[in-house]
Amino acid sequence: MGDLGRIVKVAGPLVIAENMTGAKMYDVVYVSEIRLMGEIIEISGDMASIQVYEETGGIGVGEPVFLTNEPLTVELGPGLIQSIYDGIQRPLNLIYEKAGDFITRGIQVPALPRDKKWKFIPLTAAGDTVDSGDCLGYVDETTLVKHYILVPEGISGEIISIQDGEFTIEETVAKIKTASGVTDISMLQKWPVRKQRPYCQKVNPEIPLFTGQRVIDMFFPIAKGGTACVPGPFGSGKTVIQHQLAKWIDANVIVYIGCGERGNEMTDVLLEFPELKDPKSGEPLMKRTVLIANTSNMPVAAREASVYTGITIAEYFRDMGYSVALMADSTSRWAEAMREISGRLEEMPGDEGYPAYLGARLASFYERAGIVKCLSRKQDITGALTVIGAVSPPGGDLSDPVVQATLRVVKVFWSLEANLAYSRHFPAISWLNSYSLYNDNIKEYVENNVHEDFFTLQAEAMSLLEKESELEEIVRLVGIDSLSGEDRVVLMVAKMIREDFLHQNAFHDVDTYTSIEKQYIMIKTILYFYRQANDFLNSGVDIKRIERMKIREMIARMKYIEDSDIGKISSITHDIDSELGLLKKEDEAENQGI
Amino acid sequence: MLKEYRSITNIAGPLLVVEGVENVKYEELVEIRLGDSDLRNGRVLEVEGDKALVQVFEGTRGIDTEKTTVRFLGRGIHMYLSQDILGKVFTGLGKPRTSSDEILPEKSLDINGAPINPFSRDYPDEFIQTGISAIDGLNTLVRGQKLPVFTGAGLPHNKIAAQIARQSAVLGKKEEFAVVFVAIGITFEESEYFINDFRQTGALERAVLILNLADDPAIERIATPRVGLTCAEYLAFEKDMHVLVILTDMTNYCEALKEISAARKEVPGRRGYPGYMYTDLATIYERAGRIKGKKGSITQIPILTMPEDDKTHPIPDLTGYITEGQIILSRSLHKKKISPPIDVLPSLSRLKDKGIGKDKTREDHADLFNQLYAAYARGKEVQELAVILGEAALTDIDKLYYKFAEKFEMHYVSQGDYENRSIDFTLDLGWKLLSVFPREELKRIRDSFLDKYLPKFVNKEELQDAG
Ligand SMILES: Nc1ncnc2c1ncn2[C@@H]1O[C@H](COP(=O)(O)OP(=O)(O)OP(=O)(O)O)[C@@H](O)[C@H]1O
Ligand SMILES: Nc1ncnc2c1ncn2[C@@H]1O[C@H](COP(=O)(O)OP(=O)(O)O)[C@@H](O)[C@H]1O
Ligand SMILES: [Mg+2]
Ligand SMILES: [Mg+2]
Repeated sequence: MGDLGRIVKVAGPLVIAENMTGAKMYDVVYVSEIRLMGEIIEISGDMASIQVYEETGGIGVGEPVFLTNEPLTVELGPGLIQSIYDGIQRPLNLIYEKAGDFITRGIQVPALPRDKKWKFIPLTAAGDTVDSGDCLGYVDETTLVKHYILVPEGISGEIISIQDGEFTIEETVAKIKTASGVTDISMLQKWPVRKQRPYCQKVNPEIPLFTGQRVIDMFFPIAKGGTACVPGPFGSGKTVIQHQLAKWIDANVIVYIGCGERGNEMTDVLLEFPELKDPKSGEPLMKRTVLIANTSNMPVAAREASVYTGITIAEYFRDMGYSVALMADSTSRWAEAMREISGRLEEMPGDEGYPAYLGARLASFYERAGIVKCLSRKQDITGALTVIGAVSPPGGDLSDPVVQATLRVVKVFWSLEANLAYSRHFPAISWLNSYSLYNDNIKEYVENNVHEDFFTLQAEAMSLLEKESELEEIVRLVGIDSLSGEDRVVLMVAKMIREDFLHQNAFHDVDTYTSIEKQYIMIKTILYFYRQANDFLNSGVDIKRIERMKIREMIARMKYIEDSDIGKISSITHDIDSELGLLKKEDEAENQGI
Repeated sequence: MLKEYRSITNIAGPLLVVEGVENVKYEELVEIRLGDSDLRNGRVLEVEGDKALVQVFEGTRGIDTEKTTVRFLGRGIHMYLSQDILGKVFTGLGKPRTSSDEILPEKSLDINGAPINPFSRDYPDEFIQTGISAIDGLNTLVRGQKLPVFTGAGLPHNKIAAQIARQSAVLGKKEEFAVVFVAIGITFEESEYFINDFRQTGALERAVLILNLADDPAIERIATPRVGLTCAEYLAFEKDMHVLVILTDMTNYCEALKEISAARKEVPGRRGYPGYMYTDLATIYERAGRIKGKKGSITQIPILTMPEDDKTHPIPDLTGYITEGQIILSRSLHKKKISPPIDVLPSLSRLKDKGIGKDKTREDHADLFNQLYAAYARGKEVQELAVILGEAALTDIDKLYYKFAEKFEMHYVSQGDYENRSIDFTLDLGWKLLSVFPREELKRIRDSFLDKYLPKFVNKEELQDAG
């Protein structure tokens, strides 16, 4: 530190400085005496362009720029879980303590608490030889997350000493004799955000990641280590879906990035997550969650950084062998931040003014997801990082460059439709346009662990929905009376699938989460009804009678039955049989009467 | 002493370039004195070397490169404040409009404000009863929300905003409130409509008026909403008041933004609007809400005209992505004399979920509005179907939906400009309308509520005209 550049231009979040010889691309600098943090994004001769992570009002030509000769890094170690950070990993609670209710500029606060003592429990002993990625020991960070301390990258050798006891993150917990001398290991590590954390090998995602959301798990499932996107116009439910996933997804650690969205939505998470219980452990969900909040009114360049900050933290937990899920709401705001900076740099614009490298940046972000064999050669550890990005296309138009670039890389597409949202059919995921490319990957696992006819039911239900949309065309042209009895049963059952299965109210205590077992029984019951109704129709029962059956109400209420009462759903099939039996008798009686 | 420059080298649109400057800061406030000693205000948009690019709020007409002098004031635009701003009128730049509007300031604040730390926010969940069924029942407003009205030219948005301002009340509470009315490029008549309404209800003494009218400088509109919100923040977070901010018309704000961007020859985003318009609008709309430990709150009702009634136009589109819902007005309902012509289906209040229910409105509220939405959406579909096939081709149940949609618009959405409905009245009205359906159609309502409420309303299907 200490090298001095000099500002020659200020234009919004972009500052250009001269006398910057020696500065490297993506190095962090501090701008002006009030020390606004920034990052070098272009170098030309001794001039450097800097994107500044704080508002630049009041900054002028001639003011100094301080070099750090270090890239933008995050701090990794105990204390991450339950934190809420801004885009450059400053804890918002500490900013609040320093500056009050409003965020002022030039505040520097440590990302991880320096004075807190953690109980470190070694899993290795002096004399062991260890390599990068090997586990030295752990800290019980929260009741849900055991925080493993791994040997940092590039270090290997023999453990000289390792301590059991209470330490701050900066204190030495172990000493390792490496080829170049003895290295002190503390629980604090740093990592440049724009660089992928290393792993041994990527493997194919083959295990489903259940979310408790019926339309997702049953129709468009995501795999552990997979990628998904949720595009949709405003108000279509992107954020609610992301919140639902953050709450109920079957992962060990959640990283939630609020990227350029509403302040109150982050507050909502902050207030709600400590109250909500993990369905498996009964512990508060906050105890597995890290929040990154760079809301729309916070500086635009930090929005660009926030997704990298988030994904690096997520990779760090992945390296411990956890299944980590990352949600980014919304990646469009990140793309817009790129566009704004690119515009100020006067780069050649591509589609809609977005920079030509938009696609490449999105692809390399999503490519950081995956299932990996972790670095450690000794221990066979697998970690997963699943990435789910919301996309906010202007006017909900899917030809938007961000949507298109995203669809080229992600494997699951949950397409939100305004019309479904207008009739309050939530989640407004279109069953006709969405897709998941993981169905084949996860087939074996699901058939062995959920039920062997899972995909048969899925296909059957889906074909009913497709048939429905064809029939609706006909009804629109010539009216319902022209349809055959079979077709009318299709319409009736498709409506059941839509309203009684796909529709799921995020704000209903029971409906908000459905276990995969319950989902399976629900869809099975509806399809059982379909088959029985068809049989009875063929044996001559009047369609109008079937359409008026009482059992429909019970099917409609399945979703409100608690998981512990799942037996009540299974017994519906008997009720279907007995009501149909009754109908048949009535029908026959009537026919005889004539 | 501040240095005076007489070195304007370039004037284009609302912008000018001053050369040979020293120590000029980005976003700094600028005073421009014309040869005839007319004084104007500006803001630094960019500094490069010894050149400063300045945006002139009052326009560049009459500015020349010879006689005009420029001073850089070393700070941003400030608003001077004290509790006495209540009842006063200010210009779009925050200056007293007449000498009787001058105050003895207690402090001054930069109009750009600073972002509220999400950690300090308190989640808005206090129900505001506006007395309008389509809002209270279906798109519930809560204290600290930003809920815009998307309208079209000639629709009665002003009536609705005035009615909200007039009738808004938090149940069971009498608290200090204030109204900040921000006119952005609207006509004198429109502005008078509001002022008269405030006067009649006695709200005028509790109102701060920030007026940039249609014949006031267009570029000044960049500052106008920020001036209003600075007043609001002061009243809410330093004087413990519940502040309702009406910003009308945000479309004029966006046009000013576009004009500057065009003058700077920036690469435009969609339809010629600058790529950073989302971020820029967010710095306005996000200045609403509640803060932990503070009594006051800021509730924002921005009004904006959708060009060509198009909701996907960048102005409503980007607004919808930032605000916590939207109330959309419909021309076809207006033609049908449904008043207020609120287009219920695409309207939304994102904060309603935590603002309604037991102890807030009523236990059955959430299920009820879900059902009303579903039924009305179906009813509209059926109506479309009936246009093609004729009503006779509808099934019996579809005929019920058809009728329901009609009655819903006539009785639930439509109400008088001065009709102030209680939330109980609104909720009961919903039940009454739904009671025409067989019980198994009401899937969105849980059994216990059906048991409890439905019997009260079946067979009393005859609807008295509301109000
Ligand atoms: N809204 C207001 N209410 C009351 N007093 C005001 C208001 N605005 C300005 N003043 C008073 O008028 C004085 C001059 O204000 P004005 O805005 O004309 O000057 P300025 O451009 O802000 O800056 P300066 O005179 O400090 O260079 C202020 O010091 C303040 O006391
Ligand atoms: N699964 C759901 N259940 C109930 N309501 C929902 C659901 N998803 C969305 N909503 C409603 O839709 C509104 C808008 O959703 P949101 O996720 O904020 O939209 P977006 O992020 O796409 O703009 C929410 O405030 C909520 O009222
Ligand atoms: Mg959202
Ligand atoms: Mg002055």
